[in-house]
Amino acid sequence: MNTLRLDLENYRDLLAEYIRTKDERALYQAEQFSKQSMQQNISPEEIINVHLRSLQELYPELPDYILDSFDFLMETMMSYGLAYQEFQALREKQLELKSEISVAANMQKTLLSTTKPEIEGLDIGALSVPAKQMNGDYHHFVIDDEGSLGVAVADVIGKGVPAALCMSMIKYAMDSFPELRMDPKYILGSLNRVVERNVDSNMFITMMYGMYNTEDNTFSYASAGHEPGFYYHKERDEFEEISAPGLVLGVSPDSMYEQYQKQVDEGDMIVLLTDGVTECRKGDDFIEQEEILEVIREYKDLPSQEIVENVYKYFERLQDFQLRDDFTLIVLKRDV
Amino acid sequence: MSDQSCVYIKKEWDIVAARQMGRDIATKVGFGTVDQARIATAISELARNIYLYAGSGKICFEAIETVQKKGINIKAIDEGPGISDLAQVMEDGFSTSGGLGAGLPGVKRLMDEFDIVSKSGEGTTIESTKWLR
Repeated sequence: MNTLRLDLENYRDLLAEYIRTKDERALYQAEQFSKQSMQQNISPEEIINVHLRSLQELYPELPDYILDSFDFLMETMMSYGLAYQEFQALREKQLELKSEISVAANMQKTLLSTTKPEIEGLDIGALSVPAKQMNGDYHHFVIDDEGSLGVAVADVIGKGVPAALCMSMIKYAMDSFPELRMDPKYILGSLNRVVERNVDSNMFITMMYGMYNTEDNTFSYASAGHEPGFYYHKERDEFEEISAPGLVLGVSPDSMYEQYQKQVDEGDMIVLLTDGVTECRKGDDFIEQEEILEVIREYKDLPSQEIVENVYKYFERLQDFQLRDDFTLIVLKRDV
Repeated sequence: MSDQSCVYIKKEWDIVAARQMGRDIATKVGFGTVDQARIATAISELARNIYLYAGSGKICFEAIETVQKKGINIKAIDEGPGISDLAQVMEDGFSTSGGLGAGLPGVKRLMDEFDIVSKSGEGTTIESTKWLR
């Protein structure tokens, strides 16, 4: 089909053809005409004008009241044209915002990036996937001056850009800690003060901080209102919740945190996560803790990185590939 | 340059009088029906703004003619509360438009030139021109 010209002559000919034949083909062409007009930002009042002038050319004897009625129609269509133009402008703005957010998301990725360390005797797997473009979850690995591994998993209550901005602050606060070994409870205590002083009072951060001592294979941890993790005892083939009492970061300036310690035996596994994992949903129902553990159990003999990836794939599929919340999962497994 | 003619806006029906005067001048300048309808819609928006937010004010029209072009200049003047955040009222999707594309951004689209000066507590003057093509 030849390309349509958006001019009076073309419209008039199409109209004449339609009036003569009542042919669907002419109507189809009118539809094309309408689409192209929109692409070229031609407003409804202009189309009405083209229609009126075509009529005048085709039927020079047209009575005045018919002609006048088009002025009336034109006036009634004005708002539609304006609304359409506004819609177009807003759409452009939206695309702009989208691309800005994706730049910000990339920046955030760089800012918050953490390298998964290689530690002899400990197999580490970590995965963090944002539900939207910006990630409100955060995890961080650090090796202290005595060679122990510090691991943080955090979740901002809230999603999107504000949550992401908030996380950047946490990251810098943690970077500013000395490299001396610090107990998890003290790390949470000082992060709490940073958050309390710098973040809006309606934004909270939960965090689990753990330290794996590679010399005596102990895992010490403290929690600031964070989702409990799991500890897998290989010998008993049992999971146990890892949790510790403590207020979320940013609520009160003098929150104290309690620290607990576990002896990690060969083949034992520590699982840290965010509520994006535990609050996965099947349809409208939350999944049961049992289901998470079953899935982890199914893959427990794989290397840690493969465990987290397989668990993620399972829940991604369960949720029809649309994450509702940011998903972060970390597995530390003491090598056999 | 011809003389200015003004319509005072105090009640809703004054909007009609303003449209009428604007349309008459636009017709004299030589605008076609489509542009007449656009100018009238712009006048409605300006006059409605005065009626709704300032209480009273006036709309003045002037047929303008330079060496190269002819057009119509519309001024909306009120001594109302003024607009404190101009950037916000000029933003699409904000204000009175309610997604109808109207409001001041609509006026700007309907016309060729648009300028607004407003002082809190002293009032607002909007000046807008459409050129004959």
